[in-house]
Amino acid sequence: MLKRLIQSREALLTGAIMLLLALIFSRFPGFVTPANLANVFNDTAPLILLAIGQMIVILTRCIDLSVAANLALTGMVVSMINVAAPGLPIALIVVIAVGLGTLLGMVNGLLVWKLAIPPIVVTLGTMTIFRGLIFVISDGKWVNSHEMSPAFKAFPRTEILGLPVLGWTAVIAVIVFSVVMTRTSLGRAIYAAGGNPRAATYAGINVGKTQFWAFTISGALAGLTGYLWVSRFAVSYVDIAGGFELDVVAACVIGGVSIMGGMGTVVGALLGALFLGIIKNALPVVDVSPFWQLAISGGAIIIAVALNAKANRVKGRIILKRAERAS
Amino acid sequence: MLKKPDTFLPTDDGTGETAVLALDGITKRFPGVIALSGVSLRLIPGKVTALIGENGAGKSTVVKILTGIYQPDGGAMLVDELPTVFPAPQVAAEHGVTAIHQETVLFDELSVAENIFLGHAPRGRFGLIDLKAMIARSRDILESIGAGIDPEQKLKDLGIAKKHLVAIARALSIDARVVIMDEPTAALSHKEIEELYELVESLKSQGKAILFISHKFDEIFRIADNYTVFRDGQMIGKGAMADVSEVDLVTMMVGRDVSQIFPQRASNPGETVLKVEGYAHPTEFEDISFTLRKGQILGFYGLVGAGRSEFMQALFGITRPSRGRIEIDGITAQITSPADAIENGIVYVPEDRGQQGAILDLPIFQNVTLPSLGRISGNGFLKLAQEFALAREYTERLDLRAASLDTHVGTLSGGNQQKVVIAKWLATRPKVIILDEPTKGVDIGSKAAVHEFMAELAAQGLAVIMVSSEIPEILGMSDRVIVMREGRIVTELAQGDMRPETLVRHAAGI
Amino acid sequence: MNTSSRTIPDRLRSPLEQRLKSWETLLLLVAIGIFVANSLASPYFLNAWNLSDATFNFTEKAMIAFAMALLIISGEIDLSVASIIALASTAMGAAVQMGVGTPGLVLIGLGVGLLCGAFNGVLVTRFGLPSIVVTIGTMSLFRGISYIVLGDQAFRGYPASFSWFGQGYVWWVISFEFVLFAIIAVIYAVLLHKTNFGRAVYAIGNNATGAMFSGIRVQRVKFTLFLLTGLMSGIAAICLTARLGSTRPSIATGWELEIVTMVVLGGVSILGGSGTIVGVVIAAFVMGLVTFGLGLLNVPGIVMSIVIGALLIGVIALPRLWSMWRAR
Repeated sequence: MLKRLIQSREALLTGAIMLLLALIFSRFPGFVTPANLANVFNDTAPLILLAIGQMIVILTRCIDLSVAANLALTGMVVSMINVAAPGLPIALIVVIAVGLGTLLGMVNGLLVWKLAIPPIVVTLGTMTIFRGLIFVISDGKWVNSHEMSPAFKAFPRTEILGLPVLGWTAVIAVIVFSVVMTRTSLGRAIYAAGGNPRAATYAGINVGKTQFWAFTISGALAGLTGYLWVSRFAVSYVDIAGGFELDVVAACVIGGVSIMGGMGTVVGALLGALFLGIIKNALPVVDVSPFWQLAISGGAIIIAVALNAKANRVKGRIILKRAERAS
Repeated sequence: MLKKPDTFLPTDDGTGETAVLALDGITKRFPGVIALSGVSLRLIPGKVTALIGENGAGKSTVVKILTGIYQPDGGAMLVDELPTVFPAPQVAAEHGVTAIHQETVLFDELSVAENIFLGHAPRGRFGLIDLKAMIARSRDILESIGAGIDPEQKLKDLGIAKKHLVAIARALSIDARVVIMDEPTAALSHKEIEELYELVESLKSQGKAILFISHKFDEIFRIADNYTVFRDGQMIGKGAMADVSEVDLVTMMVGRDVSQIFPQRASNPGETVLKVEGYAHPTEFEDISFTLRKGQILGFYGLVGAGRSEFMQALFGITRPSRGRIEIDGITAQITSPADAIENGIVYVPEDRGQQGAILDLPIFQNVTLPSLGRISGNGFLKLAQEFALAREYTERLDLRAASLDTHVGTLSGGNQQKVVIAKWLATRPKVIILDEPTKGVDIGSKAAVHEFMAELAAQGLAVIMVSSEIPEILGMSDRVIVMREGRIVTELAQGDMRPETLVRHAAGI
Repeated sequence: MNTSSRTIPDRLRSPLEQRLKSWETLLLLVAIGIFVANSLASPYFLNAWNLSDATFNFTEKAMIAFAMALLIISGEIDLSVASIIALASTAMGAAVQMGVGTPGLVLIGLGVGLLCGAFNGVLVTRFGLPSIVVTIGTMSLFRGISYIVLGDQAFRGYPASFSWFGQGYVWWVISFEFVLFAIIAVIYAVLLHKTNFGRAVYAIGNNATGAMFSGIRVQRVKFTLFLLTGLMSGIAAICLTARLGSTRPSIATGWELEIVTMVVLGGVSILGGSGTIVGVVIAAFVMGLVTFGLGLLNVPGIVMSIVIGALLIGVIALPRLWSMWRAR
């Protein structure tokens, strides 16, 4: 039992994060205070939200490169709605954001499910289309802070028990999707469809449909994050969260999600996102140029995927009895 | 129309017992092959029925029909004597039919309990999966079959034997009425096999109907109540185990007079071309030594999983041996990749034709010339005319049937695909050709052609290694036979000593 | 064995007939259609210098697309190509600051490209890692190094002789880049369609296991393809840097997408195993013409990306929708 715990990826990653924090603490104790850690968590919340969605997609042997563009498009739509109708209740804004994100995710899902187009092609395509649509609807203009209603901007920043709503959203998402992935038949189907598509078909699971739902979930989370992002930073324009999809994939790979499908957990995605979030927030503190961040996450992806591959080398069939005993 | 074989009325098999699941005159065709022609099978509650036949007799096709993966082209399936169809795997599962396959088709990354209950997990509050109940029930089932497995463990941490037990537990969890066991003991140790027998007994006493597929006569006689024998997609015989002897079963399995359909050939071996000494692999085989002469056909016989293919793949450079050396024409050869092997004159016709043998989406001529590109090109540039000439020369020698040489290999029948693969290797002008199950999935007509050609190759001085699980093929073609069991050579038999019973005994270790 | 009874013909349909019914023919018709539409829509289109300018829209990308086509046919992908351009350009910029001359700059550009390609290749072929993840990683890593070196600064001051690679003309309106593009196209067409190496690439892409069992050294071929892709990125980096006359870390952002689109539009299967260089050449012209035409109509670049994204999905979706509709 203990052995299994130590070997688990999540434990390894928690250890790495602790080590990282200890290193920073030894030089800059101020970084590791509850208030600042809450701050870091809050700052990482969008990455956590998207990483959960991405993990679910990757579990089904797909990839969603359109999440950041989905986020930006949804963000632009809700901020323009806010400008046009400042009185609209925030609850409705959230519903619109989630709804639009879901719809965009479903477009990806349908193309993958019904037309069997490779997910990387679909989402590379929708990524550019979504970005282009932002320009079309906004005419390339920014929606600035002073144009947004106070309530629109206040929602993600409202603090409850020391953590802003943005952070709480990530907490709730982690809990909800942990339950979905372990306690519902959809969650089990997602693991089965990615882990062994053929066996999943034999067990009565529709693999394409499961992939469709994975993209839908990823889209819904991207839409929700879209609203939270533009309201938190109080600005919306074509290029927000540009290239963020790579951070999201990086968080998943670092969190032990296998690109071959079927392997990964919500907690893993959370830890992977936190790892990147802590580095990003610590860089200015330890006086390293923020320009290092891109290279560090790239390096982390490569190291993580190499470690994943090593841990999952398939063992061959064993014929010799002697070898069976020894193993 | 296919004629129905001697029909048994579904309700009457001489015992007056009703079958929970029965096949009546089932036919299944694949392009180029008739896999099953009018076969019948009856599974009785509380009885173990053994399904016996050589590789390619149609056993796995039957399993796939019973579990709803394939749909039959003719005949009837009866559940509780009522005609039924299984259009999809889940329908078969709903009718309580479950199979434990040769290769455990379960999910490595899920826990044991999740594997057992995937698709029918107990629900708790809010319709969520009740993890506690799922684990508790898994534990109960695992205990009931005497498996000391922690249901919360991930499946990938289990060995093959325990994965089998999980598959059995899954079968029990859906309250199966019919349990199909396809070579369940192939990868198990002696102790584990004993435990499996006990399990089968307890399943019987619970009134489940069991279809038991095995090559091993000792276990069939130990646990089966009834038998059904298939040969070449037809049902040859059926009855109670008590009324039959091992010799009867072998005769039914093998059937025909062996010498008649194989080419007559005079054994006329030349000098030694291949010498293998002490080849070993950490997990697959050990201490393999033999020599092979020009013009000789050396048969390798054994049960599925005896390590024959694994050894051949090491000889061909796919995997690396941990010990041992080989000599070709008296010179030590270093083989670390298939390219090395081909350069040294060793070529391999694999059993898995679609994945390893041919490249199905490329045209015939490109498949044939793939390992010989150096011979049809100058300075790395291809010469199309020479390429077609080379492809033509060897496909015509093999009497290939195809519309044109730029037809994709995937559109050909199994037998013609095999001819393309063999032509590909002959074009490299090899010294030793290894044929792994050369006639598996090949129709009768092409089988004879492949055999005839093999004889011709040997007559021309090529050294041939033939891995086969079909006794007639081994007996009809080989000059010598090496029998392997559990990764080791058990015996080597010269032509005079080769008898079906001897081969089966050595291979099964009885 | 009996050989004389029957001979199997080499081919059923003539090569010409096959060519006429191909994707490439369809694409060529599309290209001609766009050309005609453009010349009707804008009076500035049919002008030799304008058309010559338009080729710069695709020549650099197409050079990489040829190597990418081979890589995708073999079943792999390299998403780091645009980042290799950034890194190679940064290295050349840094060398300029140290007073390195044009020949040295070219060597550095090619060398960095080769090194980056080798790095991807080693990770994929020696460590057996999936190329899509590896190159998403190196995509961040390579450009990340550029950002570390440059931050928000830029390198300038390239020698005039170096600028010729991006701005020079060989004859009249024919630019050096266009000539280079044409030469590289021919080289890749020969490599893919007329050599042993090209045949091995197709075999691997269709069935890597089968190719390995046929004695093809699969990992060696794949490594070479990553090297070639890196090399082409290095060449593109030289041309682009020479053309722009400066290096910023954001150089060539998003090019990987346009290059993959070009390859897929050219009829290369994203799942590997099939595709031609001719197709990629025509696709390059199609994308260049669309970009140029929309530019003449004052459509902003970002909107053109919608067209490119839609093209990418559309060229795969439409044939499938068509066959689904016909099957009903």
